[in-house]
Amino acid sequence: MSIWLLILGMALITFVIRYSLFAFPDLRFPALVRQGLHYVPTAVLTAIVVPGMLLPDGQHWHLALDNAYLLAGLACIAIAALTRHLLATIGGGLLVFFLLRGLFGQLPL
Amino acid sequence: MTVSRARSLLQGMRDSIPMIVGILPFGLIYGALASLAGLTLWQALGMSLLVYAGSAQFIAISLLGLGSGMAVILLTTFVVNLRHVLYSAALQPYVGGLSQRWRLPLAFGLTDETFAVVQRRYLSRGMADHAQWYHAGVAVALYLSWVGSSLVGALFGQQVPNLAGWGLDFAMLATFIGIVVPALRNQPQIAAALVAAAVALLCHAWPYKLGLMAAALSGIVIGVALERRESPAAVEEGGR
Repeated sequence: MSIWLLILGMALITFVIRYSLFAFPDLRFPALVRQGLHYVPTAVLTAIVVPGMLLPDGQHWHLALDNAYLLAGLACIAIAALTRHLLATIGGGLLVFFLLRGLFGQLPL
Repeated sequence: MTVSRARSLLQGMRDSIPMIVGILPFGLIYGALASLAGLTLWQALGMSLLVYAGSAQFIAISLLGLGSGMAVILLTTFVVNLRHVLYSAALQPYVGGLSQRWRLPLAFGLTDETFAVVQRRYLSRGMADHAQWYHAGVAVALYLSWVGSSLVGALFGQQVPNLAGWGLDFAMLATFIGIVVPALRNQPQIAAALVAAAVALLCHAWPYKLGLMAAALSGIVIGVALERRESPAAVEEGGR
């Protein structure tokens, strides 16, 4: 198989999906759809984050007290709820995450 | 107060920094795996340059390793990237007003991470202060991070052990949390998040990110249903 042909095919498919609704600038969605779109960020990002905390490798549940993804994720949620500040959440969360990973001996040092 | 285009562009790049931290290790690993799978340097880099879809690229590489045919890989690419329709729809009310010259490249760069960063800005300030330049700043910064790290990964990735062991992907989770949590201001949004989380966990084993798609759609449906039940009158206005 030609790898380049595959790459071009993948590129075309990906682009068409991403461009799909940008292609119709005059399109006005029905009210129901417009309402639904308000929930896209919350729904999609939560659906990425929560499994990322509970199944860090994407396959196996890691419900344990040495799961830094889970604990630091909870810390992030707390910081975000209290401060509503994005950079504080990221900075604080990463700090907690790496402190925990160091504490648990999970860093490849 | 007006903000210059260059300033908006730079602000977009700056707001992308946490995402870049999360993208770099993935790009390095992708590059390393691609060259391990037998792709030439140019092919590994070309895929990042032209396809620019991390999850689909990873899956394509592993399918290539399994000896899958082109049709299977293309179909998989389609299914894995379907979630981008949601992003395209969600941003259309803003991006739709731009010229084709803008819409084409912005569509090309519409990844999970780009969407997460730019939707926040559109939501809070609409098209004010050259929003398209901000969007461009995010898109360019993330694109260059992906392509650059893919290149380094293809060149040297196999010599850097334990790349995945650092857990830099947590930067992405932290950013997404920082975006989502402040948006949970009413019951429908909270319900959308809870349902999306539950379905994502239940369906985590579904292949090709279909669990993510199911979770997102479930969350959206619940959010809309609750919103309509709470205030049926406001629905008809439907304005943003």
